[in-house]
Amino acid sequence: MKNDIILAGVGGQGILTIAATIGMAALHQDLNLKQAEVHGMSQRGGAVQSHLRISDAEIASDLIPLGNATLILSVEPMESLRYLPYLSDQGWLVTNSNPMVNIPDYPDVTKLKEEIEKISHSLILDAKEIARKAGSTRSSNIVMLGAASPFIDIPVESFEFGIGKIFGRKGEEMVNLNINAFKAGREYALKNC
Amino acid sequence: MQKLLLLGDEAVAQGAIDAGLSGIYGYPGTPSTEIMEYVQRSKEAAERNIKRKWSANEKTAMEAALGLAYAGKRSMVCMKHVGLNVAADPFMNAAITGVNGGLIVAVADDPSMHSSQNEQDSRFYGKFALIPVLEPCNQQEAYDMAYKGFELSEKYRIPVMLRLTTRLSHSRAGVKRFSVKEQNNLILPEDPKQFVLLPSVARVRYKHLLANQPNFGEESDSFGFNQYYDGEDKSLGIIACGIAYNYLMENYPGRNINHPVLKLSQYPIPKKMIDRMTNENKEILVLEDGAPCVEEMLKGFQEKGTPVRGRLSGDIPRDGELNPNIVGKALGIEQEIGLPVPEVVKNRPPGMCKGCGHIDVFNALIEALGEKLEGRVFSDIGCYTLGALPPFNAINSCVDMGASVTMAIGAADAGLFPSVAVIGDSTFTHSGITGLLDAVIKNSPITLIISDNLTTGMTGGQESAATGRLQSICEGLGVDPVHLRKIEPLKKYHDKNVKVLNEELDYHGVSVILAERECIQTAARKHRAESIAQRAKGA
Repeated sequence: MKNDIILAGVGGQGILTIAATIGMAALHQDLNLKQAEVHGMSQRGGAVQSHLRISDAEIASDLIPLGNATLILSVEPMESLRYLPYLSDQGWLVTNSNPMVNIPDYPDVTKLKEEIEKISHSLILDAKEIARKAGSTRSSNIVMLGAASPFIDIPVESFEFGIGKIFGRKGEEMVNLNINAFKAGREYALKNC
Repeated sequence: MQKLLLLGDEAVAQGAIDAGLSGIYGYPGTPSTEIMEYVQRSKEAAERNIKRKWSANEKTAMEAALGLAYAGKRSMVCMKHVGLNVAADPFMNAAITGVNGGLIVAVADDPSMHSSQNEQDSRFYGKFALIPVLEPCNQQEAYDMAYKGFELSEKYRIPVMLRLTTRLSHSRAGVKRFSVKEQNNLILPEDPKQFVLLPSVARVRYKHLLANQPNFGEESDSFGFNQYYDGEDKSLGIIACGIAYNYLMENYPGRNINHPVLKLSQYPIPKKMIDRMTNENKEILVLEDGAPCVEEMLKGFQEKGTPVRGRLSGDIPRDGELNPNIVGKALGIEQEIGLPVPEVVKNRPPGMCKGCGHIDVFNALIEALGEKLEGRVFSDIGCYTLGALPPFNAINSCVDMGASVTMAIGAADAGLFPSVAVIGDSTFTHSGITGLLDAVIKNSPITLIISDNLTTGMTGGQESAATGRLQSICEGLGVDPVHLRKIEPLKKYHDKNVKVLNEELDYHGVSVILAERECIQTAARKHRAESIAQRAKGA
């Protein structure tokens, strides 16, 4: 088993929380893991990405080579396209449809959607709306994780374990809210792929 | 023992704690910040009473670390690569004094300049100072090197450098721990003159350092971090330094490589292994993240003998960090290129946060300067450096910590008036104070704005040595209280702030404007922590 995942978003959107949750889930499965993060200046609203590699074998590089990612998981539509050179032929692109507009020349969203739909295995979803229905718009990142989860070779119970570990500090209510968000995202993906 | 999931930086910190660390010193700087932060969060570090406060700058940190090691304890100092420039004086001289307790200088370099002004390679500093350098290839090795680096340091009573690069500093993987050691007892140096670098002593100490060089080289061959893996295909031998070893292996799944490989993680370069590499192979490829440090050493000025390829030969780009694709290409292995990035994707540079006080400072300054804005605002290292980007385009320099103040002085000397400096609170206490003293002594016609967000913002909100002290520091330096002004950088006070700025910009002497407002990120974090605490109380 070998999953090479690019997590994409904008500094401040919380992709490291998604990364940490997948990381915990991978540890629960006793898998090897390497996760390269971006800290520093880009975290101030710039484009950020994290390379997350999970495998049952030894992992050499912290960075994923071009054309090798099995999944691009993006919490923002334009950012999902920035890392296309990393995506493998059979890889999936899963992205939130809600744009984060913090630059003056942000492109037309319909053009972004056209580009995303050109990718043979892509899924674009309104995570904010799904999160709202599941209980809180603030859990849209975990909706995205749920929507990407069918493309990560880790069982659901390990993801739930990961969510419990990451959100446990904030109380049981937050854990349940995020587990519901995860399930809602996963269900959407399974129905629409 | 269960593995811990740690960043490279955190692995260094845990390794040091487990090795019996007594104190860690440093100044925040990407990508090194998380070393200190981990020790500050660590319950074990608290239980063991490990000293773990940030210092005013890297120089004071390095000196305090040396003092702790003087007293026989195990000591660590951490900084980013450009921080080592600030600490260079004590760093170079610590190689001459040597240490008593073990001292590790942990330096994180930033090739590709993700969050830095340059990509200088700290291994050159290690070579310059003639001390051993350790360069881990992965998180486990980062842990092991911090742990065992103290043994090396104490064996030769010499500071040891631990060099990281961004990718390892900020990448997580599982790490296994060794047993936890007791801290050293306080014990003074056997030779009471060891640390007294009068010329007569320094000459003796320097000879001692030089005499140890063959031993350091011998350790590089035998200590265990450097490994020579033989291979049948001797048309090419590969030297992979630090993290470059991972990128090499990524190109040979299952470690199925038939070239001889020297995994190089400890310097000075291991003579026996390098001799074998150059004697047995037709050609050498050197893979190193950062500058062509090893490549230069092997090549010399007049290249003779075994041809060496790397960054100098053009097989690897001269600048920028390595990755698996660059390494694969240099080895002649076909690389995937993936899909192109669609044209519709625009650049998304970082910017100041919505609601940040620096924005109101710049807006007021831009209006106050009006047509005079262009070319006269010197700035510094911090979030406010982003004032160089649109929509502000307000600053004209960002060179090194504190340089805003002193460059403004020089430009004022050249006749530029008004000459303005914009610096953050933490950067001011790091290296701006002495510059302001210069300005006071010369009565330079400069306007210094200290944009005080009560934290070290860019690196994630570490405590700032300036908090609550700026007014008394400026008064103590001799700034005329009449021209020491305070403004509150809020939209609603914009007109008032512009007026204050205009008054001081017109003044032909030293003006200091303290613009204080809490960082929006630290304020939000505090708010979140409070609401979690309240919820916990309620439950």
